[in-house]
Amino acid sequence: MTARRFWVFIEQEQGKVHPVAWELLGVARRLASQVAEEAQASGDEVSVEGVLLGHQVRDIAAEAIKYGADRVYLIDDPVLAQYRNCPYYMSIAAVAEKYQPEVFLIGATTLGRDLAGAVATALRTGLTADCTKLEMGEVKGAKQRLLQATRPAFGGNIMATIVCRKHRPQMSSVRPRVFPAAPYNPDAVGEIIAEETGVTEEGARSCILEFVHAQEDTVDIEYSDVIVAGGRGVGGPEGFAVIKALADAMGGVVGASRPCVDAGWIKYPHQVGQTGKTVRPKVYVAAGISGALQHKVGMQNSDFIIAINSDPNAPIFEVADVGIVGDLFEVIPAMIKEIEARKEARV
Amino acid sequence: MFHAVVAVKQVPDTTNIRIDPDTGNLVREGVPAIMNPYDAHALAAAVEWKRRLNGRVTVISMGPPSFTTTIREAIEMGADRGILISDRKLAGADTLATSYVLAEVIRAIHNEDPIDLLLFGKQAIDGDTAQVGPGVGVRLDMPVVTYAVGIRAIDLDDDTVVVERRTERWTEIIETPLPALLTCEKDIAEIPFAPLPDLIKSLRYEPEIWTIEGPVAFEQDMIGVRGSPTIVYQMGTPPLPEAGEVINTRETSIDAAVTFVFQKAEAAGVLGTMLGGGK
Repeated sequence: MTARRFWVFIEQEQGKVHPVAWELLGVARRLASQVAEEAQASGDEVSVEGVLLGHQVRDIAAEAIKYGADRVYLIDDPVLAQYRNCPYYMSIAAVAEKYQPEVFLIGATTLGRDLAGAVATALRTGLTADCTKLEMGEVKGAKQRLLQATRPAFGGNIMATIVCRKHRPQMSSVRPRVFPAAPYNPDAVGEIIAEETGVTEEGARSCILEFVHAQEDTVDIEYSDVIVAGGRGVGGPEGFAVIKALADAMGGVVGASRPCVDAGWIKYPHQVGQTGKTVRPKVYVAAGISGALQHKVGMQNSDFIIAINSDPNAPIFEVADVGIVGDLFEVIPAMIKEIEARKEARV
Repeated sequence: MFHAVVAVKQVPDTTNIRIDPDTGNLVREGVPAIMNPYDAHALAAAVEWKRRLNGRVTVISMGPPSFTTTIREAIEMGADRGILISDRKLAGADTLATSYVLAEVIRAIHNEDPIDLLLFGKQAIDGDTAQVGPGVGVRLDMPVVTYAVGIRAIDLDDDTVVVERRTERWTEIIETPLPALLTCEKDIAEIPFAPLPDLIKSLRYEPEIWTIEGPVAFEQDMIGVRGSPTIVYQMGTPPLPEAGEVINTRETSIDAAVTFVFQKAEAAGVLGTMLGGGK
């Protein structure tokens, strides 16, 4: 009998969990269920386990259990209070050596991507970046099901499915917002296992002198319910005023396609797409965005997509729930007027 | 004397990539090859500090012989030496095998000419993995700072560098000992116009070609396809979602189009969200 452990890195900074951790616990649970049958046949034990690092973060370990972790390995130490590459990757590599997980998922956030490459190299195993689809599937020549990790390549033009046959763990970094969060069960029970870091402050080899919080233009488009995004069709930086006006009317935030960011019309945190953020708001308005694949892969999971474009052949209409062929500078003011009228009618 | 090594990659300009609608294959013809933009900015930072500290910059790249054009471009931008690691047996490497080869090459360079700073772009625009830089850092047991947006100071007496690192939530000012490895955002440095002497030098420059024959002895099991734990199992085009209804304002009116959108939103149960429910 062997233990087939499905690991999830529980990302937190300053005590705040990145929601991708709960999304990954949901994915890990699904992957674990896909091997349940073959595990039962061979008498293997399957478990979903979290790995949590930080200082004074035991509460988060308890939360992870409610999101579906059977077990959480907790490394709680002052040296881990702030995320730093060296102490984090070394601590995680050591617990991974000890428990030999089969699969290890890490959120493809800035922190997660900094960490994943280092951990995979330390463990000398394979890592697939920025996955958008994960399955435990049968692979020709393999005795057990393997992780089939699918990611967009070449700007979203191709979906490549990667497997890691022999090396363990099979690692993937996973895009935030591609998967829903795992269900929360306040009565769930699980185990918290304390582990040691083994890294000293000297061994951390870097020192964060200061945190600078941006004064302006901070935006969290990833977890917004409404996004109004502008593309090349807005014509320039001043064109984003009308985008912002609609976003304000709807209580949402402003997104943008890559050409606008590359041209310097708007800052990178607003960028939606393969090289920007993946989003899945309730409502996504794409205005003046032609709909290059690199953009579509970042927003096609949105619940309701409204496309506005003067070109009836724009590929954005292929993913839209409803499309308007027309001038965004005429359509958007009319939409704002309609929203204001309906809001007033409700009061 | 200050010595920086910059790892660069030649990439297809992915903004120009398209798919053949009939075959579903990638159209490679006519797609220009460029130096990965993040690498170009990393190189610009290295050259800026080389001028300030009176040092030198070595550029390395792993790839087919056509990558020499990218090495020449690096010389034009101010690099002093360019090494292309090129061998058929290196082909098919995933990020683990790539980080092995680059780490061994960097170790060899470091042994003859100690390195202070190692710079990578934050990721290559064709693979977007962001894995090779941190991997090389781990193999060389070197501190790694990813997503660097600025180098505030390099102190060669104390052997420290102070780096600005941008994350999703804030910018960190990090001090780390040298030698250190940084992966760079475009903000790390502006790409300057090449001075004429560098331009002339680049035209005549012949990059050093290193192969598996030498000067570095690679473990055969660690390189190319054999050294790569991951394989591409399947490739496909992304599934197309079902298109919704489209209304043309030229055939109806703006107001009719807007009304239509709100009807659809109501039917989809998101009307409340549209009326300010986003906050």
